[in-house]
Amino acid sequence: MPGQLLFSSSSKQGSSCFVTNRSVMVDKCVGKSVPRKEGWEKVTGAALYVDDIVKPDMLHGATIRSTISRGKIDRITFEGDIPWDEFVIVTADDIPGENSTKMFVGEQPVLAKERVNHPEEPIVLIAHADPYLVRKARTQVKISYIEETPCLSIEDSLNKAPVVWGEDNLFKTIRINKGDVDAAQSEAEIIVEGEYFTGASEQLYIENNGMIGEYDAEEGVTVTGSMQCPYYVHPALCAVFNLPKNKVRVIQSDTGGGFGGKEDYPTIIAAHACLLAMKAGKPVKLIYDREEDMVATTKRHPSRTIIRSGHKKDGTLVFMDVDFALDGGAYMTLSPVVLSRGSIHAAGPYRCPNVKILGRAVATNYPPHGAYRGFGNPQSFFALERHMEKAAKQCGLTADEFRRRNFFREGDLTATQQVVQDRVDMRELLDQALEAADYHNKRERFKKENEGNPVKKGMGIAAFFHGSGFTGGGEQKMASIAGVEGTKDGKVRVLAASTEIGQGAKTIFSQIVADALKLPYDMIEVARPDTDDVPNSGPTVASRTCMVVGKLIQTASLALKQSLVQEGGLDEDYTPEQFAQACKDYVARNGKLRRYSQYEQPANIVWSDETYVGDAYGAYGWAIYVAEVSFDTRTYEARVNDFVALQEVGKVIHPIMAEGQVQGGVAQGIGYALYENIVWKNGRMMNGQMTNYIMPTAADLPVIRVLFAEQPYASGPQGAKGVGELPIDGPAPAIINAIEDATGVSVNQIPATPEILMKEMEAAGVC
Amino acid sequence: MNNSSLNKVSFTVNGQTIEEEVASWVTLLDFLRERLHQYGTKKGCDHGQCGACTVLVNGKRVNSCLVLAARLEGKEVTTVEGLSSNGELHPMQAAFLEHDAFQCGYCTPGQICSAVALVEEGTASTRDEIREWMSGNLCRCGAYNNIVDAVSEVLDAQKGVRV
Repeated sequence: MPGQLLFSSSSKQGSSCFVTNRSVMVDKCVGKSVPRKEGWEKVTGAALYVDDIVKPDMLHGATIRSTISRGKIDRITFEGDIPWDEFVIVTADDIPGENSTKMFVGEQPVLAKERVNHPEEPIVLIAHADPYLVRKARTQVKISYIEETPCLSIEDSLNKAPVVWGEDNLFKTIRINKGDVDAAQSEAEIIVEGEYFTGASEQLYIENNGMIGEYDAEEGVTVTGSMQCPYYVHPALCAVFNLPKNKVRVIQSDTGGGFGGKEDYPTIIAAHACLLAMKAGKPVKLIYDREEDMVATTKRHPSRTIIRSGHKKDGTLVFMDVDFALDGGAYMTLSPVVLSRGSIHAAGPYRCPNVKILGRAVATNYPPHGAYRGFGNPQSFFALERHMEKAAKQCGLTADEFRRRNFFREGDLTATQQVVQDRVDMRELLDQALEAADYHNKRERFKKENEGNPVKKGMGIAAFFHGSGFTGGGEQKMASIAGVEGTKDGKVRVLAASTEIGQGAKTIFSQIVADALKLPYDMIEVARPDTDDVPNSGPTVASRTCMVVGKLIQTASLALKQSLVQEGGLDEDYTPEQFAQACKDYVARNGKLRRYSQYEQPANIVWSDETYVGDAYGAYGWAIYVAEVSFDTRTYEARVNDFVALQEVGKVIHPIMAEGQVQGGVAQGIGYALYENIVWKNGRMMNGQMTNYIMPTAADLPVIRVLFAEQPYASGPQGAKGVGELPIDGPAPAIINAIEDATGVSVNQIPATPEILMKEMEAAGVC
Repeated sequence: MNNSSLNKVSFTVNGQTIEEEVASWVTLLDFLRERLHQYGTKKGCDHGQCGACTVLVNGKRVNSCLVLAARLEGKEVTTVEGLSSNGELHPMQAAFLEHDAFQCGYCTPGQICSAVALVEEGTASTRDEIREWMSGNLCRCGAYNNIVDAVSEVLDAQKGVRV
């Protein structure tokens, strides 16, 4: 890999290059770990999240939800010792416009009217000035139902038992075909078959969802709250309230984590808060408590994947036949796009002449599953990388040698027939990751130490890639716009709807603009996402904020400079002071100075939504993760002792934050693999608490060692690609592969809780 | 609200004396947020599970959602707002900033209060011990490595030895 730089941004090294002086040297911002833009507010408690905002005369709202998975609403009664006449009560009949969230197909109601299709479906909204009374009243709205048989598994849904959506329960079917899998059967000397399962998982951001709705007959509706995508909320509110665009305003408050969980569901909460506000004539705050947030909002899609692969005796792939199915829950919501990403990545970073992928997202009567970091890929890669482990064994090869023989090479075609041209050699990444993990020495040592030892250790590998930005033609359709503003105070202000949710959007935008304009970091500000102030730069999802929106901001910055040079008399070779003065003068003379840039698809990207052939993504991140795991044969507990995460994500804009993204993704991935189990009963989540839905604490995680290789991407700002989602794709298969290495037992479902591992180990006669 | 359940209570919050009547079921967390309008202390679960609402009572860390305000007679409460003064950050806040020991920031006030108490407790001297003694403060962004870096730095500075 010519020109590739491998480095670790581990905090020890990182802290020495951390710029503590707030006035950063001009022209050296990208690639440095500058202080977070919003850091001061966050460490002093000054940051204002939605529950920290109070409006005059504000009421507190609550949502009454279905307790059954499927049926007709029979009767709603308001009972108990509650002064109901003091309450504001909203039902579907109060919706002035469409009763729909308008995500993809407008069939998910804002409020259920005649029937419910999943537990926790919202039916009635109430509000009162006293939040304690609201809490009590919430339990006294009684709803009776005429129940119908629900569909509660992928298999039942595929078997139409019963049909609960459309004619066949299929939200979306995707077929990817490359070569001829049927014809290739005879060429294969070894056939490997496997079936793999992943469970639902909860994003579990520490700030629960919440919104404050306001209504004014003249101004329309305004909503302020915790969200990733202001411009998803905006058109939905226009439809729900039957209002023109300029009568709906959406403002993001500081947001305490999202991870996909605040992509689509906040739209419903925003609509609810505003419906209550409209009826009350007062602002209404609607904040979910932890249990409500866990049981009612979206989770990662459960999956079932069947893979059949054919190989030559030397292990090389001849064909791959993948049947990938996702449980979408009761409404379509984002399932088609989650399925799309997962299907496109299902054959992994492997060269294979014949590939057939059948992807299906099916309807059930669970609450709708939605976006969660990785968006279909963690499911796909768990199945694939477990399958590769199985195939390696069946071909008589080691896990690393098998992968080395099958990795993409430059110029190969992916499953969608996209030419691999990221100039990243997975074989080199593999060698570097194995060396960093001391993989071979440790494996050898563990083999000896495991003999007669109740605690068995093993090493596991996962190899994967992750497309940055929207899938296929998504970016072109979105046609995002972002901009910059030269202010009257002589600063530059970034204008984008891309939200800061902890991932560092404000900071990296500022770095990119600072470098584009050769200005110090401190001269750059970032506007709060507010649909009255910033353009639609698209949703904050899909690892697109840096690569796609960052590039738009870079381009807009150059347009801003051009204006100041051509119309503001600024010399091409300016000092920051001269630039600031030129801004001030321009604004004083001409009014607002704003320049925008709109996304244009690079000419070399060609994609067909009909055939699923072409350039599925502009660029990919590439990774090899290595886990060292110990498994206790007495307690059936698995523990990750060491974790090496090596990835290539293009130019690293901010080393410490990029490392933080990887560590965070790996931490969630470890939870996904081992701990985070949702207990379902008739479609309801029964363990909506942090005491029985177990996410990793500081004590549960190893030191996660993060390594970056850098291969700048021509269409990203200063060569950057996406980083946020990639890190959650690999930990689960790497960990379960390590458990197999330690015990010889093949586990094909996650979360691999001690209960699951006990069953598997006992079945295999290991413990 | 039933007046008979009101209790008169006097304690300090960040050095300021508070004299209020509170219903016996009001938690310190709700008291801070709803009565004093100090929103730095966060509500993540309201059940003592996540640690986001951690504050100091007489220097000891507690989940403020599990403490009743009426029980605080004579006590000294310190929240994240009370750690910095006149624009000067507490060393723990500065260390969190320096090590980027947070992402979304929602658990951060609780993490910082917890870490301040941890240093005073003297229970942790290795990185593993810091992990264990900070394990009551959940961080879903997964900033734990950097949190441990920040806490170690402050411990180091205090003890003059490397952790």
